[in-house]
Amino acid sequence: MSVETQSERARPEPIRAVPVRHPGRWVAVAVIGVLVAMFVHLLVTNKAFNWSFMVDEMFRPPIVAGLRGTIALTLLAMLIGVGLGVVIAVMRLSANPILRGVAWGYTWFFRAVPRLVLAILFGNLGILWSRIEFGLPFDRQIGALFGIQDFEARLFGFSAVDILTGFVAGLLALGLSEAAYMAEIVRAGIQSVDEGQTEAAQALGMRRGQILRRIVLPQAMRVIIPPTGNETIAMLKDTSLVAFVPVSTELFFQLKAVGNRTFQVFPMLVAACLWYLLLTSVLLVGQYYLERHFARGHGRAGAARVKVRGLAAEAGGTTGEAVTR
Amino acid sequence: MTAPTGDTTTARTGERDVMVRAEQVHKSFGALEVLKGIDLEVRSGEVCCLLGPSGSGKSTFLRCINHLEKINAGRIRVDGELIGYRERGGKLHELRESEVAAQRRAIGMVFQRFNLFPHMTALQNVMEAPLRVRGEKKDVVRDRAAALLERVGLGDRLGAYPSQLSGGQQQRVAIARALAMQPKLMLFDEPTSALDPELVGEVLDVMKDLARDGMTMIVVTHEIGFAREVGDSLVFMDGGVVVESGVPREVIANPRHDRTKAFLAKVL
Ligand SMILES: Nc1ncnc2c1ncn2[C@@H]1O[C@H](COP(=O)(O)OP(=O)(O)OP(=O)(O)O)[C@@H](O)[C@H]1O
Ligand SMILES: [Mg+2]
Repeated sequence: MSVETQSERARPEPIRAVPVRHPGRWVAVAVIGVLVAMFVHLLVTNKAFNWSFMVDEMFRPPIVAGLRGTIALTLLAMLIGVGLGVVIAVMRLSANPILRGVAWGYTWFFRAVPRLVLAILFGNLGILWSRIEFGLPFDRQIGALFGIQDFEARLFGFSAVDILTGFVAGLLALGLSEAAYMAEIVRAGIQSVDEGQTEAAQALGMRRGQILRRIVLPQAMRVIIPPTGNETIAMLKDTSLVAFVPVSTELFFQLKAVGNRTFQVFPMLVAACLWYLLLTSVLLVGQYYLERHFARGHGRAGAARVKVRGLAAEAGGTTGEAVTR
Repeated sequence: MTAPTGDTTTARTGERDVMVRAEQVHKSFGALEVLKGIDLEVRSGEVCCLLGPSGSGKSTFLRCINHLEKINAGRIRVDGELIGYRERGGKLHELRESEVAAQRRAIGMVFQRFNLFPHMTALQNVMEAPLRVRGEKKDVVRDRAAALLERVGLGDRLGAYPSQLSGGQQQRVAIARALAMQPKLMLFDEPTSALDPELVGEVLDVMKDLARDGMTMIVVTHEIGFAREVGDSLVFMDGGVVVESGVPREVIANPRHDRTKAFLAKVL
């Protein structure tokens, strides 16, 4: 019966409703437009920017060497940070109370001391030792007990100045401190993986190390990578701290040096901003591909974004609207 | 006595065809005693169905058999071999992690929530353990894995990730994954209770097929029909003890204990 009545009735005309107006958006566009115009006006007319001078200077060999130093420091420090961070995270989650304690102590120390202080501290380690040697501790004292003068049991050693040159000291300060933060990130990642995964792997006869490498860490990566991207970007900027070690082959130090020498401080600060913007953009591209790689097997790549939109819709509107209001 | 392997000639004499023997197994979580002396014997090729109300300790007992849980008292032997320990000079010595792992290789386990590795395809899931644990050749493993997936009816979904498979398909991959290690014993912990009703049948069919092939199986299940049809023995657990056991048909038709009666009345 219902079918008949529906087919008999004429199809209603399509809805042509007046859409909801968003006057707030137009106001926002106008305000933003004016602000942008003011900013461009500033950039173009203010002589202090001295654009031609900036472009001339920002590609000079010392600057490019500094740029290379910054990139190398960032990558190497993150390498140390991630590698050591994984080790410390695993120690932190181990059943062995000694390992757990050591890992806790490490993160406690390196998170407590500011990076700037660490950089200066590592730069001055040469004060403690002129030579760095590895061997039996208290060897002279033990020798004295047995009546041997100047007994030394040292395996190998090197001059502190050789090894703790500015670059290595700066690298160690940044890398060791990063490891403490990375350890916490990796730990959260490992703990985010369902316990059933470990059990299934155990039931198959896999051993702890294999389970960690093959099953748990690859899944933890999805949780680990986004904050690690953050850490890398933060590290890129923190490399400027090694100027206090002191290390001079570093981007910001070099740009500032040019600024100070030529009394053109501001253009060089702008150049620094531009260089850091460029490097960060490159890192973001890398992060995108990494995230895509470790998202395999987890449905649509944009699932998270869809989820956020869904939440916004549930809350009664799109995120865009919330901003304009 | 070196690392435990399949052949334990000493213990085999006298109980040649006993695959699993549990004696007075006790297990506590802190103050909570979950298993209070379980005795159970499963012969080679037998399908043993484990029934019981929620919280009666069925999963815990199953997990004790492959040493995912450490028992507090009693003995569990699989194929004559003591699980998790070595008896020497009248004393029990804990096995090392590598030795426990070696024992688990002969015992397959299928979980209620599948626990497939989500970052691997169906084929990779099945190949993982033979490759990494036994270090077998890749093409040999691939052929066997593909054949196993074919056997559970998934020959055309080798490259699919778990998230792209239905629950029933995932559970069948999980069964193939366990079979890839060529176990002599399979443990199933409610393999169909996370599935939509119309998907239960396809998983039970695979299990029936396995039983016909002579696989020794311990199956925790609420599928009374499966227990009656496929099971060689039925064990009813409640409150951490075995209340009643026997031939499935008889126990289901004439339960002797009130607790069994009450439970069957609810699930039938
Ligand atoms: N890791 C654990 N820690 C503490 N208590 C636990 C743990 N695992 C299980 N239990 C407890 O042991 C008891 C038995 O649990 P078990 O999972 O073995 O029951 P079950 O018979 O499998 O029940 P179900 O049918 O609901 O799966 C429950 O009371 C449970 O709370
Ligand atoms: Mg259970």
